[in-house]
Amino acid sequence: MVLRQIRRQRYMMNFETVIGLEIHAQLKTRTKIFCGCALSFGDPPNSHTCPVCLGMPGVLPVLNKKVVEYAIKMGLATNSQINRFNQFARKNYFYPDLPKGYQTSQFDLPIVEHGSVEIDVDGSKKTIGITRMHMEEDAGKLIHDEREPLSYVDLNRTGTPLLEIVSEPDLRSPQEAYAYLKKIHAILRYLDICDGNMQEGSFRCDANISLRPVGQEEFGIRTELKNMNSFRNVQNALEYEVRRQRDLLLDGETIIQETLLWNPDSNRTESMRGKEDAHDYRYFPCPDLVPVEIDEAWIDAIRKTLPELPDERKNRFIEEYNLPEYDAVILTGSRELADYFETAARLCANAKKVSNWIMTELLRELKGEDISGCKVAPEQLGELIAMVEKGTISGKIAKTVFIDMMATGKDPAVIVKEKNLVQVSDEGELQAMVEEIVAANPDQAEQFRQGKTKVMGFFVGQLMKKTKGKANPKMANELFVRTLTE
Amino acid sequence: MQPYTLTIAESLDHLQKKELTSKDLVESCLQRINKTETKLHSFISVFEEKAMRRAEEEDNKRQQGQSGSLSGIPISIKDLLCAKDTATTCGSKMLENFISPYNATVVEKLENEGAVIIGKVAMDEFAMGSTSETCAFGVPDNPWKEGYITGGSSGGSASSVAGGQCLASLGSDTGGSVRQPASLCGVVGLKPTYGRVSRYGLVAFASSLDQVGPLTRDVRDCALMMNCIAGYDEKDSTSVKIDKGDFRQSLEAGVKGLKIGVPREYFGEGLNEDVEKIVRNGVAILEDAGAEVMDVSMPHTEYCVAAYYLIAPAEASSNLARYDGVVYGYRDGTADSLMDMYKQTRSQGFGDEVKRRILIGTYALSSGYYDAYYKKASQVRTIILNDYKKVFEQCDAIISPVAPTAAWKRGESADDPLALYLSDIFSLSANLAGVPGLSVPGGFTADGLPVGIQLQGPHFREDILLKLAYNIEKSTNLANVLPEIQQ
Amino acid sequence: MKISRQEVEHVAHLARLNLSEDDLVKMTGQLDEILNYVAKLEELDTTDIEPTTHAFSVKNAYRDDIAQESLTQEESLRNCAVRNNEAFIVPRIL
Repeated sequence: MVLRQIRRQRYMMNFETVIGLEIHAQLKTRTKIFCGCALSFGDPPNSHTCPVCLGMPGVLPVLNKKVVEYAIKMGLATNSQINRFNQFARKNYFYPDLPKGYQTSQFDLPIVEHGSVEIDVDGSKKTIGITRMHMEEDAGKLIHDEREPLSYVDLNRTGTPLLEIVSEPDLRSPQEAYAYLKKIHAILRYLDICDGNMQEGSFRCDANISLRPVGQEEFGIRTELKNMNSFRNVQNALEYEVRRQRDLLLDGETIIQETLLWNPDSNRTESMRGKEDAHDYRYFPCPDLVPVEIDEAWIDAIRKTLPELPDERKNRFIEEYNLPEYDAVILTGSRELADYFETAARLCANAKKVSNWIMTELLRELKGEDISGCKVAPEQLGELIAMVEKGTISGKIAKTVFIDMMATGKDPAVIVKEKNLVQVSDEGELQAMVEEIVAANPDQAEQFRQGKTKVMGFFVGQLMKKTKGKANPKMANELFVRTLTE
Repeated sequence: MQPYTLTIAESLDHLQKKELTSKDLVESCLQRINKTETKLHSFISVFEEKAMRRAEEEDNKRQQGQSGSLSGIPISIKDLLCAKDTATTCGSKMLENFISPYNATVVEKLENEGAVIIGKVAMDEFAMGSTSETCAFGVPDNPWKEGYITGGSSGGSASSVAGGQCLASLGSDTGGSVRQPASLCGVVGLKPTYGRVSRYGLVAFASSLDQVGPLTRDVRDCALMMNCIAGYDEKDSTSVKIDKGDFRQSLEAGVKGLKIGVPREYFGEGLNEDVEKIVRNGVAILEDAGAEVMDVSMPHTEYCVAAYYLIAPAEASSNLARYDGVVYGYRDGTADSLMDMYKQTRSQGFGDEVKRRILIGTYALSSGYYDAYYKKASQVRTIILNDYKKVFEQCDAIISPVAPTAAWKRGESADDPLALYLSDIFSLSANLAGVPGLSVPGGFTADGLPVGIQLQGPHFREDILLKLAYNIEKSTNLANVLPEIQQ
Repeated sequence: MKISRQEVEHVAHLARLNLSEDDLVKMTGQLDEILNYVAKLEELDTTDIEPTTHAFSVKNAYRDDIAQESLTQEESLRNCAVRNNEAFIVPRIL
């Protein structure tokens, strides 16, 4: 026991985590990659299939041009090299959700290579390399019967276009991995080429993770993690696996190279050992598809259609709205949030205030849900903030109005009217009450005159009580000071 | 005159002149089938009712002046081509009950031009073979000599045409499967340039080698069939956007000035004497007709079989992976586990030759062997392609045998797969290079078995081949010569 | 020997084929013979030679992103040996 502790202490700080992420993004085309079936969302099983995606005898694939366009777009948005000449390969294996017995993918000639994105972790920036991106087709779905030893095969999803994005093993912590995942997600959403929904499966992530002693160049033995279906789960799974591997290494054991499934119920990674067969995919160029040759004119045309990307937008927010970087990073984290911010900010003069509101009140009330589900429209938020600026309501009251808006979606003006929350800024009205309160609290009044300025809080509080929170706090302060020092 | 003995061109003429109806024509073929099928076994399925109905439809259309270019012509289809709502078996237990929900493009084209599809014909299982003996539903017999092979894999196509059971057939050619049976059964067979005819609906064997090709009674009919089936298809990514023109155009033009290459590597040990004589006679015919004949070399001919028998099985092993019992086709329902289901289904559904090729192909692609086998073969393919490019800088076409021998007795090739593969030596190079190849009847062996003469040309120059073949045919008088079939 | 019995067994497994003892022996012999023959290709120097996948090179065969009609559920399932009215059914993967 003592020996182990000594060993642990010796090694405690000495391991470096190395993570690479493999992302599969379902592309938002109208139709599948190799046939004209419309993409399927929650439709009856096997109702969005045709002889081609069912892999019937004699059928042939024809490439959807939009898929190539989207891949090029993503390549351009990540500073990547677009491979002018690329081709498809067959990845051969048997599985019931794979009707042809092979997946059409890209192997040695992918469409995109050597890109990068910048991530921001706790204020420090880092560049993460992207090894490659390639186009491929998705498989179907298997549903296992509860009682009988049977599985049901639904092939609606076969042929859905995927963009596989492989990072360099540049990530050094689960946090960095999370930030990278978020960044790729944001770019895909900014380009609007993917819905990016992890729960629905339109955005999936597998991770490769290993540890190595600090200073060692060689990578350690890695494990592959699958079945992480939320951003949080990715980070949790990686954190767990870092601990698991470190514990094993500290005990002098070797890591077994294997695929592990994340179990979100038990919060552990679980081995698939024994269930998995070593695959020999026997990749070879697909003879039914011809090479893709991309010309400069097409790349230029696509480049012109690129929207403002997250980093550009962040920089513009800093410039145009005079926001600190911290704010700009959060606000541009998703395209929808950035759009929301700008719509609201244009309605009221104080962009910083809008930013604060969003970062504190709004994101808190959303509780992690997507902003597209927010009941408060950006215009309404802008209106609310404008009301505070104008002095119609106090900042404090505004916060309660906001919570109401989140619940009901009503306009702030409507709520303020309904609940009679208009700020009282009538000096005459307030003065009368101020005098009453001062008269009723001679001790505190004396304390204030003696120099205990903190007592002001008590007095303002009393006025707030009397006005049910509607007194203009600034005015209240001024009036009390005047009255007390007369 | 028995209608079934007419060529397509002759029939169209009679039909137009109202001397014949489609019903007459189809009835005549159906009767011929009834009389000869117990001997020939050409058909896996015959569409008696449907064919008669179609014939009537065509007769009506013709009366209204709406007939297509093949109106009312009875044609058989190799059972490797999908025809909507009919069984497409590929000669295999694996697909015995597979009903295709769609038409192959070439079938669609035939039907649009008014052709009457009279039935699906026998073939080597999944097109893998040179004798059609691996057909799970009956082996076709050579109409010229009972008990002799038709050749393969489009054996039923050849026997149905040579047997007078229909006027033409669509087969497929991956390593000679149209040309060799055409040669062995005394009919015309063309493998078009790769990409000339759509493969959509042709059940894939080796995707980069497969082509659909017509088997016909004479060269003119071949041109007529090509006019119908050739052309770019957006459903086939490998299909080429090239104008097809009219394949009949150049037929009568004569061959003066054309340069014909005789590749020396095709004439050597193993070539049957009679076959050589017939081919050399073909050379003489062309020379007499004004063509310039020259000696040429295709130095890598001896490597073609090796390259082919790595590439074709490799592609086939991948193409046949879909036959796993899950979505369609045969399934061993007694299996408890998925692994057992896969293995039992595929082992019971496939015959030995198919299994053999799947094994070779899987091996050639497998980890550690890919470079030495599949990649190497693909590189040799480039070398062979260059042989063709070089030779066509010197001449307009090359002439050679289709196969080293004429037909042989059934059952003789069962135990020696390699020997059988080697008999493809003259035909499979055209598939590797993607060039068009045509077999035209050249004569008969001393035993009375047909021998075809092969012509190969540059990419998309089927016109040259048709012209040369037409001239040979005129001289040999072997157009539309049908054997007597003892009943 | 170009291919051993174990290799044939392994390849058969990759290809999801069962071979009886007799078949295994026979196939091994036949495959060995064939592989011995194709080794002929080693006589050719293929350094710097590009492999050919398509004999005639076509590039950029695309379709537009326009929806076509799919099969109905029944049409998709029609040819399946073991099914219910909405899915293909397979033995459970353990």
